[in-house]
Amino acid sequence: MTAPILEVKGVSKRFVKRLDLAGKIAARLGSDLREEVVHAVDTVDLTIGQGEVVGLVGESGCGKSTLGRVIAGIHSATEGQVFFEGRDVASLSGADRRAATLAVQMIFQDPFASLNPRMRVEQIIGEAPLVHGLCTRSTQSAYVDDIMRKVGLDPTLKKRYPHQFSGGQRQRIGIARALAVKPRFLVCDEAIAALDVSIQAQVLNLFMDLREEFDLTYLFISHDLSVVEHIADRVVIMYLGRVVESAPTEELFARPKHPYTQALLSEVPRLDQRKRNFTPVEGEIPSPLDPPKGCHFHPRCRYAMEACSVDRPLLADQGARRVACHLPEGAPAV
Amino acid sequence: MTVLSVKNLKTHFFTRAGVVKAVDGVDFSLERGKVMGLVGESGSGKSVTGFSVIGLVDPPGRVVSGSVKFQGEELVGASEERFKSLRGNRIAMIFQDPMMTLNPVLRVDTQMIEAILAHEKVSRREAWTRARDGLGAVGIPSPEERLRAYPHQLSGGMRQRVAIAIAFLNNPDLIVADEPTTALDVTIQAQIIHVAQRMCADRGAAMIWITHDLAVVAGLADRISVMYAGRVVEQGDTDDVIDRPRHPYTVGLLGSVPSANKRGQRLNQIPGMTPNMLALPAGCAFQERCPRASGTCAAQPQIAGHDHLVRCFHPHDVPLGQDAVSA
Repeated sequence: MTAPILEVKGVSKRFVKRLDLAGKIAARLGSDLREEVVHAVDTVDLTIGQGEVVGLVGESGCGKSTLGRVIAGIHSATEGQVFFEGRDVASLSGADRRAATLAVQMIFQDPFASLNPRMRVEQIIGEAPLVHGLCTRSTQSAYVDDIMRKVGLDPTLKKRYPHQFSGGQRQRIGIARALAVKPRFLVCDEAIAALDVSIQAQVLNLFMDLREEFDLTYLFISHDLSVVEHIADRVVIMYLGRVVESAPTEELFARPKHPYTQALLSEVPRLDQRKRNFTPVEGEIPSPLDPPKGCHFHPRCRYAMEACSVDRPLLADQGARRVACHLPEGAPAV
Repeated sequence: MTVLSVKNLKTHFFTRAGVVKAVDGVDFSLERGKVMGLVGESGSGKSVTGFSVIGLVDPPGRVVSGSVKFQGEELVGASEERFKSLRGNRIAMIFQDPMMTLNPVLRVDTQMIEAILAHEKVSRREAWTRARDGLGAVGIPSPEERLRAYPHQLSGGMRQRVAIAIAFLNNPDLIVADEPTTALDVTIQAQIIHVAQRMCADRGAAMIWITHDLAVVAGLADRISVMYAGRVVEQGDTDDVIDRPRHPYTVGLLGSVPSANKRGQRLNQIPGMTPNMLALPAGCAFQERCPRASGTCAAQPQIAGHDHLVRCFHPHDVPLGQDAVSA
């Protein structure tokens, strides 16, 4: 791996639902009302090398989006640190801080909700670079044209509003907005999930072209394993706030070791699987309000042992791969 | 035995901006115990086709012509009374959002018992037993307890199971499932597909599974119909359509699924956008995005073929003994 551009060390993010006045009084009087704490992200370590594409995969509620938002600086971490090019982002101030946060940009899932409907495309794309001095008022127009061309949008449409564009085009506007501040690192949070299949391929291709052109590093958050398999160099699997496995893409797909990864991989519908009778993994994702003790996956795991319900398995290095499972060799191959 | 036979179905929406021909001449038939995958992108008319079959098209939409024969009975033009006695009884539906099926202010047992008593004269006690067994059959643990729950107390996957249990309560002959797993996670999606597949096989119900995801129907359906801009462009057995696609749109769709491509390479993208249904080009609706289009495509191609049908002037050849696109 090349020198890390971004490192996440022991990051946790907890969301607390505080009690209101009535709740506090009720609690004083002996009711069992408590503050509800969601451990969205639970001590996660992650290192991303310059130019790497890392796929972050998990089901809803696993904390993948929260982790992405912490990395992009939208949420602050409850615990732990985020290093950008070796420097703790939270400890920086002034111009350094601004440079570090500008360098990490985010692309959102919903191209309908993430664009201000009352702004024209040229304002949406051109606002941030103007504020940050990447262009001046006189060069703004040319700057916007240039970025729009790079993401495959016709610059003559820049006077339009977001609602005049299709979903795929809107997603391109979102990408252009992120690129306008010359980021080094993009967090793509389900960036193609809301698009039609034929449009998904167009946007995925655009991501790959931009990576080459601007030497970008991606954290690609998705629930869609086939997309991640296609685009990522390395895949990180999360379950209920924790990383359970991370490995180079080919290794992970060839031989998943964590039982959860195995379950996830075997249950993705694939074109080459016909009328099949499989037994899906039992049960549902537990509530992050009250996660199971020990390994979070043990109530659904067919290999669960006694230790699994007591001790939290730590991520252990196995070559380029890291697995958090009490089974020394990981789950048997299926 | 043919459960459903749809011929030249046309459902149009008469909007202020013009007539949207959401479904414009769709044909298919469905045998007992079989699953048909109805695949298309947003706006292709796949959901409207499903809604037309069950008589749930609301104004400004209207089934303007064609025939929908359910077990020999013509449903186009049938009275609302007739539809009411069929829906939830002989024909059941599963929707993308289970909250659309479930009433949020009623307990699960109330809703399930109501669904039985609406169509059959049985005692409440017996209806309750059937409701409980129904929940058990779709793999809901401790069904007695779940019967007393309100929908908001259940998770998304659990709600969808309840919706499926309700759909199967009266042993329907036909089930129309509209994107029932799109909102669910993969492990839950796998469970739901598994349940639906098993229930169909056990009870011999025919099912239309509407989806945008070819990979889902590849593992589930017996036959696949691919829709584009209100028309079926390709129809055939699952193996034929997935392994030997003939319509350029199907070929493009399969090519743009990431797993079908080599890692890290560019995906074969279909250029352009899904067409505006108010301003379709004359002739083939796909011509502007099609790599094989020619002058001939300005005329409307007819769907042709014996078992593997395709609506195209320049279809891909059937490759002999080789898979054109497989993952």
